[in-house]
Amino acid sequence: MSGDNSANGERRAIMQIRELKKIFNGTVVAVDGVTFDVYEGEIFGFLGPNGAGKTTTISMLTTLLRPTSGTATVCGFDILKEPNEVRKRIGVVPQEYTADEDLTGYENIMFCADLYGIPRKVSRERADELLKLVELEAAKDRKVETYSGGMRRRLELACGLINHPRVLFLDEPTLGLDVQTRAAVWQYIRRLKEEYGMTLFLTTHYLEEADSLCDRIAIIDHGKIVKIGSPKELKDSLGGDVIELGVQEAEDDLTPLMSSVQHVKEVRRLTPSEYRIKSELGEVTAPMIIDTLRSKGYKVSKISLTRPTLDQVYLELTGKSIREENGDRMQAMRQRMIMRRARG
Amino acid sequence: MSESEAKANLAQQASGPKSYGDKTNSTIISSSPYHGLWALTNRELKKWYKNPVILLLSLIQPVLWLGLFGKAMNFGAIFTEGGLNIPGLNIPKEVINQLGNMLMLNVFGTSDYFSFLAVGMLSFIIIFTAMFSGMSIVWDRRLGTLNKVLSTPVARGSIVMSKILSSVIRSLVQASIILVLAVLLGMNTSSMTLLGIIGAFASLALLSFGFSAVFLMLALRSTNQNTQMAIVNLLNLPLLFGSNALFPANLMPEWLQAFVKVNPISYATDIGRQLLLGAKGMGTLAFDFAYLTAFAAVFSIVGIVLSWRFLAK
Repeated sequence: MSGDNSANGERRAIMQIRELKKIFNGTVVAVDGVTFDVYEGEIFGFLGPNGAGKTTTISMLTTLLRPTSGTATVCGFDILKEPNEVRKRIGVVPQEYTADEDLTGYENIMFCADLYGIPRKVSRERADELLKLVELEAAKDRKVETYSGGMRRRLELACGLINHPRVLFLDEPTLGLDVQTRAAVWQYIRRLKEEYGMTLFLTTHYLEEADSLCDRIAIIDHGKIVKIGSPKELKDSLGGDVIELGVQEAEDDLTPLMSSVQHVKEVRRLTPSEYRIKSELGEVTAPMIIDTLRSKGYKVSKISLTRPTLDQVYLELTGKSIREENGDRMQAMRQRMIMRRARG
Repeated sequence: MSESEAKANLAQQASGPKSYGDKTNSTIISSSPYHGLWALTNRELKKWYKNPVILLLSLIQPVLWLGLFGKAMNFGAIFTEGGLNIPGLNIPKEVINQLGNMLMLNVFGTSDYFSFLAVGMLSFIIIFTAMFSGMSIVWDRRLGTLNKVLSTPVARGSIVMSKILSSVIRSLVQASIILVLAVLLGMNTSSMTLLGIIGAFASLALLSFGFSAVFLMLALRSTNQNTQMAIVNLLNLPLLFGSNALFPANLMPEWLQAFVKVNPISYATDIGRQLLLGAKGMGTLAFDFAYLTAFAAVFSIVGIVLSWRFLAK
């Protein structure tokens, strides 16, 4: 397989996905031959519109779905040949709230432990430790139906970690939570990652979150990976910062003048007096342009500087904003249910 | 052997240096393939016994049937004094009562219909509970719990088996309560023995095993609890009336008798009547038991095999 040079300190792939493909009912291509590596210890974000193949890919990697063709290894084990070995080494925090509402938090976590066959003595210790980590100690003997959305999320996290997984899959871990709770959940996720040194594989709808959290991001659309790289690489691929400026009382075309400024990559005249400039280093270029124009006697009437966001990258690559997408009916219903339970 | 060693090495390599401390490498897995079976079963049972309202509600219907149907349909009274009065013929009451008793014994195998029906109700509560065993898997799928469980190394067969087991345990507890209530309401206890009761419950357990497996199989791929409800509603009355639970089979038309003869409910009820009431049965106990055992074994095996294939989407 691809070169894992662990010896000279390069990153080692903990998951290797090769030409993974899933076709439903012989016609619907959900995942169209994706190939990528996930490195050990990183936070890997998986972004894409609904129906792009995110959940299908996660389902295959977590051995819930059999791929139509292609292979993948997780922690060195083939997902098809040794699914049980894979299952032992991964943790899954699904989109849904799967904890049993009729049981207490502690009972739920012990239930998860039993599914992994962890001996009671060990699982009791781990449950206490994890409940402390996600700060649910005080509520552990309360029924889950009395928990808030954030508490439930934390319980799901604790359950997903009971087997001390090498790779933790998080599917929309903050869906439906308010901004503060989202931030808190991410804090827990970071802390858990530090504590256990896992690799995280996550999907999220919140691009700001992906931007600030993920080491690398893959954007998937129509079952294919359209871009993969660090958030910075993805943003840089758009061609840098955008400066928009207006010039007072100017009939002349100032394009050549502005193009001569350092770092400027592209200048476009939008209207006779308005220009859009792309620059690698917007904050350096902007004052330089103003100075250049002044020295020639032109007056800048307005100026704005925009840095590319992941939203723009996403828009450019998938052709749609992540907010405006529509899933199928079943998915929409499910998400509404999750949101209700998150807020209830 | 060398191949598996190579794989183990690979896994070790992928799990990286031990720099994270022992936490990361301490994935402890028990060797039993059925670890988790009890955890799954216990979860189902906990949800049930921690919520006594459900238990109470599930008992109301068979008790109503027993009380209303069993007491109101007083077949015995038709044939005994008051019921039979032919003008002009002066038949002594003793003769009528004697005749009536004989008729009842011949038709129902016992002298009162209430006792006859009580045993039928034991089967009734069993299939009723079994029918809803499929519902829990539909819910687990809808809520995402099923996927969560499937992502753990728990044996796929254990998932289905736990639902069957919990349904069996639940329905046997309910059947015991029904039996006690029936005795309190006047069921004939003259030929009941401890061994007979154990035997009758063994047959009920087999019946529950088989039907739970059948209804779970129907629910394996279902995502909609309404479909499941519709199936239950479609099947429950035909299954009940197409058996000897409410009425003796030998008085039914031929075509219906043929169905009664394959309906496992008839066999469990037959065993119950033979062992609890000392009634003459439609077959030997050995054959009844063999039939039920085969029914339970075949469907739970088919259920487990299907679960390997169809539990995940």
